Parts: sequence; C-alpha cells; structure tokens
Amino acid sequence: MRVDLPASGAVVDRPAIHTTVLDLRSVHVSLGPAAQVEALRDVTLSIHAGERVALVGPNGCGKSTLLRALHGLLPIAKGRREVPQDSRIAMLFQRPHMLRMSVLRNLQLGLWLSGVPWGQTRERSQRALERVQLAPLASRNGRALSGGQQQRVALARAWALQPDVWLLDEPTASLDPHAKRDVEALIADFGDEAPAPGRLPPTLVFASHNLGQVKRLASRVIYLEQGRVLADLPVHDFFNQDLLEQRSPQASAFVKGETA
Amino acid sequence: MNTFSDSAVTAFELILSGDASLWAIVTRSLAVSATACVLACGLGLLMGAWLAVARFPGRPVVLTLLNTFLAIPSVVVGLVIYLLLSRSGPLGFLGWLFSFQAMVLAQAILVLPLVTALTRQVVEDADRSHGEQLSSLGAGLGLRSLMMAWDERYALLTVLITAFGRAVSEVGAVMIVGGNIDGFTRVMTTAIALETSKGDLPLALGLGIVLLAVVLLLNSLVALLRRWREHLDGGDLRMATT
Repeated sequence: MRVDLPASGAVVDRPAIHTTVLDLRSVHVSLGPAAQVEALRDVTLSIHAGERVALVGPNGCGKSTLLRALHGLLPIAKGRREVPQDSRIAMLFQRPHMLRMSVLRNLQLGLWLSGVPWGQTRERSQRALERVQLAPLASRNGRALSGGQQQRVALARAWALQPDVWLLDEPTASLDPHAKRDVEALIADFGDEAPAPGRLPPTLVFASHNLGQVKRLASRVIYLEQGRVLADLPVHDFFNQDLLEQRSPQASAFVKGETA
Repeated sequence: MNTFSDSAVTAFELILSGDASLWAIVTRSLAVSATACVLACGLGLLMGAWLAVARFPGRPVVLTLLNTFLAIPSVVVGLVIYLLLSRSGPLGFLGWLFSFQAMVLAQAILVLPLVTALTRQVVEDADRSHGEQLSSLGAGLGLRSLMMAWDERYALLTVLITAFGRAVSEVGAVMIVGGNIDGFTRVMTTAIALETSKGDLPLALGLGIVLLAVVLLLNSLVALLRRWREHLDGGDLRMATT
C-alpha cells in the first residue's frame, strides 16, 4: 500500500493511519446515454485508513456518483482511481436489494460472489446475522423483511466480507427513526471494530443529508456541489460557521440552510 | 333445438366420452406447442437476459427489430419456414415439411421473439433497480443477468405461459408447414378451421371448448403464480432453505 502525507482534511476525532485506501486524481465522470451529464468534475481526494468521511451537498451534487466512482462501479471518463490491490470494499445502498430467497442465502450468495468458497459461506453468514442480531430471521424471505431489517441484512452481508472500506450511500435515508438509530449504531460499531491481524482499521465513506448524523459519525466532511469538491475539512472545522464561511461560502450557505 | 345447441351438446359428449380422434388432436397440439415453447424458452430466456444487460453498438436497432418480430403474423412465419423446408429450400434435406418437427420449428420461431422481448424487459427492469448492487458484490455482466433472471423467475414463468398460449392458439404457421394431415399433423386450430368449413360443427366446437379450457387454465396458472409470488415475498422460506 502507498503511504501518503495526511490529506488537507486530517482526521481529528480518531486516529487514522495515513495509508491511502482510496485515491482519486482529477476524476471526471459523465452519465447519461450519450455521457452528456458531467456528474463529477475534476475530483481529487485521498481517503486514508480509519477515516470516517461524510459526503454532503444538495440533491444531485454527485455524492452517490462519487461513491460509485470510488467503488469502481462507474467508468471514469478522465483522471485516475487508485486502490491498493488487496483492498476489500463493500458498498451499501439506500434501498438494499434482497434477492428472492432466504436471508441466509442472500448472505451466502454475496460472499460467494466476492470469491469466498461456497462451503465457507454458511458459517460466515450465520455469524454475520448474529452480529446484527437477525439470526432468528435466517430462513425468512429477504423480500419479506422491513426496510430497517433489510438494511441490517445488507450490513451483515458487507460485514461478512470484512471490508477495509465501507461505502455507504445514504444508508438510513429511507428508514423510520427507530430503524435509523439501529442502523447508525451498527455502522458506528463496525467503524470502531479492531482490524483483523494484517488488515487496516475500517474506513467509512458515507453520503448523508442528515447533518446530525454527519456530526455523530464523521471525522472528515467533503462538500460537493455540481460535481465538484468545494470543501474538504475535519468535522469540527466544517461545523465552525466562521471558518466554513471563509473556506467555502457555498458549503456554509448549505449548512445554514439545512440547520435553519 | 337449433344447430348451435345441438352441436354444443354433441361437442360435450365427444369431450366427455373421450373421443379418440378429438383427444389425439388435443394431445398432438399440446405436444407441438410444449416442445416449441421449451426450445424457444431455452434460447429466448438466455438471449433476453443477455440483451437486458449487454450494451453494444447497434443495440437499439436489435431491440427495434425484436419488437417488430413480436407482431409478425404467424402466416408469414409459416411461409418462411415452408420456403426453408421445401425440397428446393436450404433446409429441404431435412425432409421435415408437413411433419411434427416443422410445426414445432414454426411455433418456436413464432414465440421466440415474444420470450426474448418479454424476458429482456423483465430482466432489464430488475437490473435497472438492483443490478448495480450485484455488481458491487462482484458479479460480472453474465452472472448478473442470470441472477436477475432467476430472481424474477415467477415473472418469467408468466412469460413462458404466455408464450405457450400464443403457440397453442395460432393457426397460420402450422397450417402451412404441417399441412393439416389427419392423424399426423392435424392440431386443434387447424382442425377447427377444417371441420368448420366442412360443416362438422360438433368436433370443431369440441376442440374449441378444449382450446378455450387450455387458455383458461394457462391464465389461471398465471394468476396463481402471481399470488404465490406475493405470498413468498411476504412469507417464510423455511421449507426452501432446510
């Protein structure tokens, strides 16, 4: 893995190991049938092991696109993306998709797709379900679960992979307050887990519209607007209105608008 | 009693008495359509699933052609297969004209675009909603399309039943390539057409009733499948996983 200097938004809340786990350089991403929508413009950022990075910004600013670009799900039109070769990345979506099969099979299939031999998937899946306290629902149809339960299954599916990097696309946006609290607590827990021997501490990158959640979970905040990164600050600086006003008037206006 | 009621009574008597010639036609008809559907579905499901996720230059043209073939008249399919299988045609060496195989081939070609187009639609809709999540787990394009097809299996069963309904109720193609030979290539639809023109209304009506019953059964199956799918989506899969 490549060792970097700390990024401009150095971690303040918890120590991060300054090993780059995701790196984008001058990345441009275009979407649409004729690639007519420039969803990311000249994005450069490095994410380090152990960081908890929140992506914020108005609707359509490019948060989800950035997460997908970080994962490698989207083709990059210009620029480059670097990820250490042995890095394990898991992604959670706002509305997780459960295949029309049991919860246990959903997890097993997720592990199998990621390269885990089928024989090992059952035990690992059961352990993951216990971790999110859904073991009693192992035989239920994944589609029959509530939104909160489905998101917990998706978290279990990701956890079972023991990822180095968690990419979370508004994971609590479509949940009721109770489920939101449960899922957020699990995410915080997973972010705090001690890494396996030889692995890096878990890194979280999440998109959120909930500034309270950003304060609770993030150590670093990246503000996007129209596909550009306009602010990249430690969480305390991001929520310091005077400082934010100096660094990025657009981000400051956004925070004021969201907290008004 | 008038002609219709007389014919209807005789038709029911034919059905209930197990009239050999009527049930031979019914059996042959179901066998032709079932075989054609198995062939068309084997190919159509794969092609549809692949078309749902594949992106290549010219894809819109392929989709437009596919949708055009949805509306192709069965007599045109019959004519083309006839030309292909006729002694001087490129497939004349097979000697299939006026045979069971010719009728199967015609019906398979008739329903192939239907199966492919509907499968493409079902899988593409599912893929648009969830395909990215499977990709994020590591599924490649081919695996993703197959998994989506499997996940939408109940919807695809509906497609298969629809295809069978289309095959069993068509008359033009099997008439041309089968020749409506008594005891050999006579199926329900061609027999109905012939017997009506001959004035043998009881047999025509009897076959019509059976054909209607088959279509009714298929539609009931579709409805049951839909309910079963809803039941599974809201229920327990204990039996399926242990």
